[in-house]
Amino acid sequence: MDDLRGIERAIEMQETKIAAKGVDVFYGDTHAIKDVNVEIAEKTVTAFIGPSGCGKSTFLRCLNRMNDTIDVARVSGSIMLDGEDIYDPKVDPVQLRAKVGMVFQKPNPFPKSIYDNIAYGPRIHGLASGKAELDEIVEKSLRRGAIWEEVKDRLDQPGTGLSGGQQQRLCIARAIATEPEVLLMDEPCSALDPIATAQVEELIDELRQNYSVVIVTHSMQQAARVSQKTAFFHLGDLVEFGETATIFTNPVDSRTESYITGRIG
Amino acid sequence: MTDMSAPSSGKTSLLRLDARTKKRNAAERRFRAYGAICVGIAVVALVVLMASILKNGTSAFFQTHITLDIELLESKLDKTGNRDIAEMSKVSTFGYAPLIKNAMEAKIEELGVDIEGLKKPQDMISKEAAAQLRRFVLANPDVVGGTYEFEFLASGRIDGYFKGRVTMESAERDKNVSPQQLMLADAMKEEGSLNTSFNWKFITWPDASENRPEAAGLGVAIIGSFYMMIVVLVLALPIGVAASIYLEEFAPKNWFTDLIEVNISNLAAVPSIVFGILGLAIFINFAGLPQSAPIVGGLVLTLMTLPTIIIATRASLKAVPPSIREAALGVGASKMQTVFHHVLPLAAPGILTGTIIGLAQALGETAPLLLIGMVAFVREYPSGPPEGFFDPAAALPVQVYNWTQRADPAFVERASGAIIVLLVFLLVMNLVAIILRRRFERRW
Repeated sequence: MDDLRGIERAIEMQETKIAAKGVDVFYGDTHAIKDVNVEIAEKTVTAFIGPSGCGKSTFLRCLNRMNDTIDVARVSGSIMLDGEDIYDPKVDPVQLRAKVGMVFQKPNPFPKSIYDNIAYGPRIHGLASGKAELDEIVEKSLRRGAIWEEVKDRLDQPGTGLSGGQQQRLCIARAIATEPEVLLMDEPCSALDPIATAQVEELIDELRQNYSVVIVTHSMQQAARVSQKTAFFHLGDLVEFGETATIFTNPVDSRTESYITGRIG
Repeated sequence: MTDMSAPSSGKTSLLRLDARTKKRNAAERRFRAYGAICVGIAVVALVVLMASILKNGTSAFFQTHITLDIELLESKLDKTGNRDIAEMSKVSTFGYAPLIKNAMEAKIEELGVDIEGLKKPQDMISKEAAAQLRRFVLANPDVVGGTYEFEFLASGRIDGYFKGRVTMESAERDKNVSPQQLMLADAMKEEGSLNTSFNWKFITWPDASENRPEAAGLGVAIIGSFYMMIVVLVLALPIGVAASIYLEEFAPKNWFTDLIEVNISNLAAVPSIVFGILGLAIFINFAGLPQSAPIVGGLVLTLMTLPTIIIATRASLKAVPPSIREAALGVGASKMQTVFHHVLPLAAPGILTGTIIGLAQALGETAPLLLIGMVAFVREYPSGPPEGFFDPAAALPVQVYNWTQRADPAFVERASGAIIVLLVFLLVMNLVAIILRRRFERRW
């Protein structure tokens, strides 16, 4: 099992960044997430795996309150970010989303120039005081998104003109331009070819130095390659949560074992 | 299922069509033929419509003029001789008629034609001529006493003779024109003092009364329609777009917003005359706004156009992919920033197209305007904005309606000409819509 490089990777104990306790999500009458408890550590990649429709994306979207945009969605339970309840009525979701960035399944650059794609977040949050500073943020973000070399000569061209993999890295760069503390990634590689996937995975591994990354993925190999912690969801339940190496080599629950050996899902 | 059964005997050849394929191909051919027939019907209808309008209407843009040297006799126009405007104004258009009569008689003498039984040759000139002369004299009092060359409109019947509407036979039975006058007109045309030229007056002059169709123009109607379009654009676009953005992006989805949505769709289907009654009751009887004013017409048309704009705007907002909204929200934009920075610019081409289609619809609307008094006979140009919005005015489609009701056949040509002007405006607006769409269209 070459994919399980995680086994050799030493996992230092990190402080908890996000603590979810007893989270339930309802879409109208559908009970999509059932009493989930997860602790996401700082500077760690946490992977959510599970069959389609198991609620992993739904749960991910709870972490930056993207579910607020869906009228029928209802969230209960508590999700603490650095000890503060993000569902507190006093919390403005806009402020939260500046701290908890998100990368989506389908690359979705704005139909604007590459520069404006990156600069948009810093602009609306007032992170740059001048053009020079903004230029610097754009360059830094594109470098960290591992796409600077490819686009530095055409920053004024539309972001939608890039290839799929480049677009996704542009979206990652856009997400980190606002200096979030947590980065949520919803199947970031599902629309990419293996080469672009490898680039994004490398990138995720680098991002771990500074961010807490939560990634939803369909590919168990990917979870094994990039994450330190893995949570397995099934039909809205969090079946098992633990260190990636343990989950993949020695699962406790029979459903986890069935899934990672390919018998369900 | 017999269809599903495998071919029973041996192999089938690809070179021979089987029965099912033949049937399928025949059905497709039939459908194509139906489609071609339908398109053909539409094209024929359009061509016939356009041809008839153009055939009847283009002549309205050309008018027969008569050039005469008029001696502006002091004895008729300014008896005291002190060029006092107030005193000269007392001479009505009747006072100017003899000058035209004299000039006409002088012209006949100059031509040296002798037409037996020619009576009232001055009737060949439009009754508008005396007014034209009077306006000129009052504007330049110093010209009195001199002789000047004027170009007058020929009367509707003389004009009609050169357009083929009036013949020698019809003139025989017509009390407004005689065959002798037509013979004189032929002689004048040969000599060059009567000619047909492009008629800007049709576009710039106001409407004229029943018995002088040659002087009737669209000036007031064009200004009135233009003012109304300004009112509609200024009111309907912001209100419609704001309402749609609120409904589409912010309003909760519940039974109340569903009700509003159903009502907007219903409003779009309400007959336009109902809006006219509403405008009459609310804007004129209740709010006390003046009748026949472009502001009232504009308000009524705004009410009519709003549903169109709202429906078009909502459709184009819906067409913006949700991934763009998620992207903006994901980097921490507020809902309003998301809408105004990302969604609205992407929806702009659709909104613009919808708005211009709504405006074009409003431009051609007649029924509600009849009810609020736009059908009145208006000779005065409305003044400049903003006061002009409250002055009486006509509107292009109402002018068409008005002219088709008049008895003189010369108005048939006028009405068709007005339709051409209206169609040109509509065409220009649609063209603008297409250009804007191309300009702003972006892909994602």
